[in-house]
Amino acid sequence: MKFAVIVFPGSNCDADMYHAIKDSLGEDVEYVPHTASSLEGFDGVLLPGGFSYGDYLRSGAIARFSNVMPEVIRAAEAGKPVLGVCNGFQILLEAGLLPGAMRRNDSLKFICKPTILKVENANTQFTNAYTEGETIQIPVAHGEGNYYCDERTLSELKDNNRIVFTYDGENPNGSVSDIAGIINEQGNVLGMMPHPERAADSLLGSKDGLKLFQSIVKSWRESNAVNA
Amino acid sequence: MLSTLEPTPEKIKADRIYAEMGLSDEEFAMIESIIGRTPNFTETGLFSVMWSEHCSYKNSKPVLKRFPVTGEKVLQGPGEGAGIVDIGDKQAVVFKIESHNHPTAIEPYQGAATGVGGIIRDVFSMGARPIALLNSLRFGELDNPRTKYIFKEAVAGIAGYGNCIGIPTVGGEIQFDPAYAGNPLMNAMCVGLINHEDIKKGQAHGVGNTVMYVGAKTGRDGIHGATFASEELSTGSDSKRAAVQVGDPFMEKLLLEACLELIHSDALVGIQDMGAAGLTSSSAEMASKAGSGIEMNLDLVPQREPGMTAYEMMLSESQERMLIVVKKGREQEIIDLFAKHGLDAAAIGVVTDDQKLRLIHQGEVVADVPVDALAEEAPVYNKPSRMPEYFIEFQEMDTDITSVDDYKDTLVSLLSQPTIASKEWVYEQYDYQVGTNTAVTPGSDAAVLRIRGTNKALAMTTDCNSRYIYLDPETGGKIAVAEAARNIICSGAEPLAITDCLNFGSPEKPEIFWQLEKAADGISEACRTLEAPVIGGNVSLYNETNGEAIYPTPVIGMVGLIKDLKHITTQQFKQAGDLVYLVGETGSDFGGSELQKLLYGRIFGQAPAIDLETEQKRQQQILAAIRSGVVASAHDVSEGGLATAVAESLFGTDLGAAVTVSGNPIAGLFAETQSRFLVTVKPEQKGAFEELVEDAKLIGEVTNAPVLRISSETGSSLVEAEVSELLTAWKGAIPCLLN
Repeated sequence: MKFAVIVFPGSNCDADMYHAIKDSLGEDVEYVPHTASSLEGFDGVLLPGGFSYGDYLRSGAIARFSNVMPEVIRAAEAGKPVLGVCNGFQILLEAGLLPGAMRRNDSLKFICKPTILKVENANTQFTNAYTEGETIQIPVAHGEGNYYCDERTLSELKDNNRIVFTYDGENPNGSVSDIAGIINEQGNVLGMMPHPERAADSLLGSKDGLKLFQSIVKSWRESNAVNA
Repeated sequence: MLSTLEPTPEKIKADRIYAEMGLSDEEFAMIESIIGRTPNFTETGLFSVMWSEHCSYKNSKPVLKRFPVTGEKVLQGPGEGAGIVDIGDKQAVVFKIESHNHPTAIEPYQGAATGVGGIIRDVFSMGARPIALLNSLRFGELDNPRTKYIFKEAVAGIAGYGNCIGIPTVGGEIQFDPAYAGNPLMNAMCVGLINHEDIKKGQAHGVGNTVMYVGAKTGRDGIHGATFASEELSTGSDSKRAAVQVGDPFMEKLLLEACLELIHSDALVGIQDMGAAGLTSSSAEMASKAGSGIEMNLDLVPQREPGMTAYEMMLSESQERMLIVVKKGREQEIIDLFAKHGLDAAAIGVVTDDQKLRLIHQGEVVADVPVDALAEEAPVYNKPSRMPEYFIEFQEMDTDITSVDDYKDTLVSLLSQPTIASKEWVYEQYDYQVGTNTAVTPGSDAAVLRIRGTNKALAMTTDCNSRYIYLDPETGGKIAVAEAARNIICSGAEPLAITDCLNFGSPEKPEIFWQLEKAADGISEACRTLEAPVIGGNVSLYNETNGEAIYPTPVIGMVGLIKDLKHITTQQFKQAGDLVYLVGETGSDFGGSELQKLLYGRIFGQAPAIDLETEQKRQQQILAAIRSGVVASAHDVSEGGLATAVAESLFGTDLGAAVTVSGNPIAGLFAETQSRFLVTVKPEQKGAFEELVEDAKLIGEVTNAPVLRISSETGSSLVEAEVSELLTAWKGAIPCLLN
């Protein structure tokens, strides 16, 4: 399976994502600059964390206008897996691929720490290697991770099992319903604030994030086997 | 035209306008004799910043000469953007520490942020990719709104810059003392990795080659920042806020990526950060180091605002700029490379052979001065030095502490002292993991980052107990280096080298100059014994507010090499049943200790003694034991003594410990005797450990029950506390003081 890591000006977790895929997961991966006009040949798209365009105006607000974004949207519509982590999640919200918006953390401070997540839905192409209700340790590092959506959207997310991860115990940012990650209606676009690529190597304290990437590969192999 | 509003050379001399820029009468006369005429306004400005202490080290040079700066692994010593040390496999580590104290005192967010930005540029201008940031901070006590504000904003500024640019802030230290109330310290350290073939220098070689300006545009911010950094703070300093630069970490991220691409281009001849004294220092130093000259047309300098004068452009300290020299005829590919990253690159000048810095603005030559005079020939002062009265008095004082009310309450109080208490409130605001290399995160003795693609890692720390240095600068200087090395050793690394940031008061005062000299002597001796040469650093003098100097604070930044990832060791106790050892004897060392400060509200007497030979022997033995795989945890025993060290080793575990202290219980628990280590060892490795480490004394064991029990030799209980109670005190202290 071949992944694209989209690099916006100011992305800074692009290399981390790249190494998690290449070194820990052992799959193909390439950097794709924000200026690219095609994502052909890639089976999955990863929007990494960082401060695209310095977070100026609003996190992700400028990146959504990048040249590559129509291609990211096209990949999403074509059913390819699209994962946005941290700033990548913020960009997915700004691009309208996922509902809701980000506010500043309720502490009004940047926060970097390990968090415990609960896998609310293990029946997605991003979580099939986990079990439902399982708790995993994945770190967060963000200043604007306080996810918000209106009541109607929230019930829609809940009713359709689209809340994939919640913070178990301490919620580091004040997000509604302790949301840490949500998925789109089709089930192929996941946005999450915690960084699975930082939890893919036991040297760094946790390997719990690796299963997320393994899930993507497993789903892709299965659906390709069916198609073949 | 604005330049016509500038004072004439005659007026500068007659009205002593140069004095406002920080030049003395003698220095102005020297400049006249060097250039053979009275300098104009722009030229006076060039000399005033280049001859400031911040740029020229004119007061500290005689002291800096004492440092050992060479070693078989040193690839670059002091003099370039940052020092470089070989780590094998054709790779090297690049690092430097630098102060941004005065800007932080006046405008803490931007002052601290641009301190981080500046040190990062020093490292990537060498061609290295920055992999980690550390910072050493000093503030007054957290008992007043002004200090709380400075503390919160400085931390936010460090976070704002480092997090955005995506370099993890992995460690450092913070101390609080009234001595820093008016003059806080902000020292930033950056560590980078480089392949040997990529090492670049700031030199302008090749007559006819093109001088290019890359990065952010020049504005009117930070003008005379270097001069401002070289004078005491006073109640009028708030008016200098315009001399504080404003940072843009996003711009620097673009510049970083562009420059790291640039270093692979054979069109590049030299590169240097525009840091203190901006365009002036970068051009003059690059030319001086190469024995060449530079001519620049200032009309071509990218400007943020209209109508800037030559003086303003040359003295601006706008951030996120670099000066580069490229081969003639290759300019367009450089412009294209930077354009790809969304950045400007402009050819603004040419390398000449006349060893002059010549500036042209609006068709006129506005400055024409020898580069060596600016960069190399600043006057050097051998300041008078005098042993202070307080030091003589302190030698006679009795510092023994013969009674404390309650051992456990005392321990809880010590753990709540902001200097000892958990700094989680601070480091949780720093992205310490970006880069996915941080194997040991903040809160341990040293941070550890693996070197991707190898089985090695780097350990890094900053240390300086300025109380000891105030009591005895020479001994304190030795301790600062020894403690840094202890932290590096405890993490499983061997020390490679140090970078130092010498924060002192005004060198015009003989007592302050004495502190500087003695501290440098102590640092030098420790560096020689512990085989960690000084590869660069920074001097920050004039750290005074309304005549009161800070404690002498020579911060030591040390980097060590871990040869095998298996050797990575942390301070946390690992398993119940492990044996607890104290390595090193304990004496009644209370001078400058946390306990003394707690009981008396001040510090006095003699600093703890240190024997560097003993220190070196123990460090080598501990490292050998770690490398043999017989050490479960290791922690240096420092502020707050053994009781504090044991408590710290229990935090973050669900374990407890039962230990016995021998001799006088107050000393056993709280004395700050040097060269001591707290080590745990699996019972089956008892023999092997004891064979390797001579001065190890078995004092107890790790327990399952999360309780800390400390008893005297006779068996009487000194401390019995739930670890959770100690943890609450330790973790809650700083948030509590801030609320």
